[in-house]
Amino acid sequence: MALEIIESCVNCYACEPLCPNKAIYQASPHFLIDPDKCTECIGDFEDAQCASICPIEGAILDEVGTPLNPIGSLTGIPLELLAQYQAAVEATYQAALEAKTG
Amino acid sequence: MELPVFNSAPEASASGGCASHSCGSTDDQLGHLPEHIRAKVHNHPCYSEQAHHYFARMHVAVAPACNIQCHYCNRKYDCSNESRPGVVSEVLTPDQAVKKVMAVAANIPQMTVLGIAGPGDPLANPERTFATFRELSEKAPDIKLCVSTNGLALPESVEELSKHNIDHVTITINCVDPDVGAKIYPWIFWNNKRIMGREGAAILIEQQQKGLEMLTARGILVKVNSVMIPGVNDEHLVEVSKVVKSKGAFLHNVMPLIAEPEHGTFYGLMGQPSPSHEDLQKLQDACAGDMNMMRHCRQCRADAVGLLGEDRGQEFTMDKIEEMDIDYAAAMVKRAEVHAQIARELEEKDKARAAVAQVKAQLVSIEGGKPKAETRPVLMAVATKGGGVINEHFGHAREFLVYEASANGVRFISHRKTIPYCEGGDTCGDGESALDVTIRELAGCEVVLCSKVGYEPWGPLEAAGMQPNGEHAMEPIEEAILAVYEEMRAAGKLEPRADAAQKVA
Ligand code: SF4
Ligand code: SF4
Ligand code: SF4
Repeated sequence: MALEIIESCVNCYACEPLCPNKAIYQASPHFLIDPDKCTECIGDFEDAQCASICPIEGAILDEVGTPLNPIGSLTGIPLELLAQYQAAVEATYQAALEAKTG
Repeated sequence: MELPVFNSAPEASASGGCASHSCGSTDDQLGHLPEHIRAKVHNHPCYSEQAHHYFARMHVAVAPACNIQCHYCNRKYDCSNESRPGVVSEVLTPDQAVKKVMAVAANIPQMTVLGIAGPGDPLANPERTFATFRELSEKAPDIKLCVSTNGLALPESVEELSKHNIDHVTITINCVDPDVGAKIYPWIFWNNKRIMGREGAAILIEQQQKGLEMLTARGILVKVNSVMIPGVNDEHLVEVSKVVKSKGAFLHNVMPLIAEPEHGTFYGLMGQPSPSHEDLQKLQDACAGDMNMMRHCRQCRADAVGLLGEDRGQEFTMDKIEEMDIDYAAAMVKRAEVHAQIARELEEKDKARAAVAQVKAQLVSIEGGKPKAETRPVLMAVATKGGGVINEHFGHAREFLVYEASANGVRFISHRKTIPYCEGGDTCGDGESALDVTIRELAGCEVVLCSKVGYEPWGPLEAAGMQPNGEHAMEPIEEAILAVYEEMRAAGKLEPRADAAQKVA
């Protein structure tokens, strides 16, 4: 039983000092959880500490890959708006890439 | 009716007991503070409108974690406590931060203040924050330390804070009512749990107020920042101002919300409007009746280096610092000299100001009986490089200082950032020229004072109802403004207007 931090982690350091098992460590390109040490906080806390402070929706997954903080659950931004925003960011990024290569 | 007396604030006489030079200086907005607090903030570039032209400050980012979420912050990028989303700064280890501060303090001897602010909340990362402060108090005891926080972890940190010789704390307080808070803070992390909505906001408010009381009880200076969010907390901030004042905060700084869709914040994406300059000023005025307001906050970057408004961060990246060869002891001696020199200069300016005020007061008493017509207040924009004089070309200005002249004298209102007309090229972004941006930013001003202004911008400025004026180059700002105001009065341009609306081209 262990949680996992994925690439959307922004390296904010918030989770690392909270882990009762010192399972979280700084790594490149982002923080990671040692699956051998993580207990999902059972016996220590009611809620998984890392997932309770992480500000990034979708950055921490459970064993079967389900995000503990699904999209929209923390910021309250409607999914539709969020999708539009992500598409716009992606478009800007692609345009910048093209301008560079082309 | 009140007669115009140079630089005198109307409340000055009522408060009693203050020397003419102290209550007269409306530009540093410290006139009404008790003497011991004024002395403490006298050379703090973030608090004194006077001092920020002379002294330098820097911020370092060592503590990126945060224990709450604000709707104006997108933690995917980063953000200071001060609602500046989308600005990415370099996160340093405490060791690197100390190295950087020492290098900057050796190279910029005007340096007096180190701040630890965003990204994140310094007290959500107490180990990193306090490690930095501890080492610095030892190595550079002449540098003042300050910390900005959202306040959630403040009560538990007060003990530790008071150990580290930290005499300035800034708390960002946007509300004292949990129902308002629920619209600003979607969650907080508290006692090992994430707490959503109103319940979380109520805890945050309680902790902020408790922290404020504990700090002031220990004699630590507390400034309160508030972000003005139209339709959410704008009216409520008048109440906030009263409450924080009654608990001993010495300054209340109301800042405008910055919310653009491209920042990806809740407010940005939901189309939450930012306040107009006019509404911001109205609110600042409403709060100023209750306590001192600081108007010149430029919402500087978390890791800014240099004099306020002038960012020299690029000269002090970590790899450049590694190569520097620094004599720290000599640097500290040099700083002491420079600080003393600046203090002398400020004192002389104070004296000169007092002398002018006296002459003006005499003139007024001579003219005494002659009633003058009621005059309306006028906003004027000033281009300056610092030093309190008009010394910047219109086309080179990156920002303008806006002052209000009225029958009661001159007071500082705000900074308006812009794109230098000379560098702007034809357009920037949406087909808006740099000149258009400046004109939009200066909306409401009727006079633009600068050391020089070109032929080209002259017409559009006039068409927008702003009179360019280059006749007062190198003159002290307040005196020039009063002179122009007097000319306008003599020309009959200051009759009170029924409709306050500005001319728009
Ligand atoms: S779930 Fe608990 S034990 Fe596992 S990494 Fe997170 S904080 Fe540590
Ligand atoms: S709290 Fe979330 S975003 Fe921050 S370091 Fe941990 S996993 Fe990454
Ligand atoms: S306290 Fe600062 S870092 Fe934390 S969410 Fe608010 S603005 Fe962002």
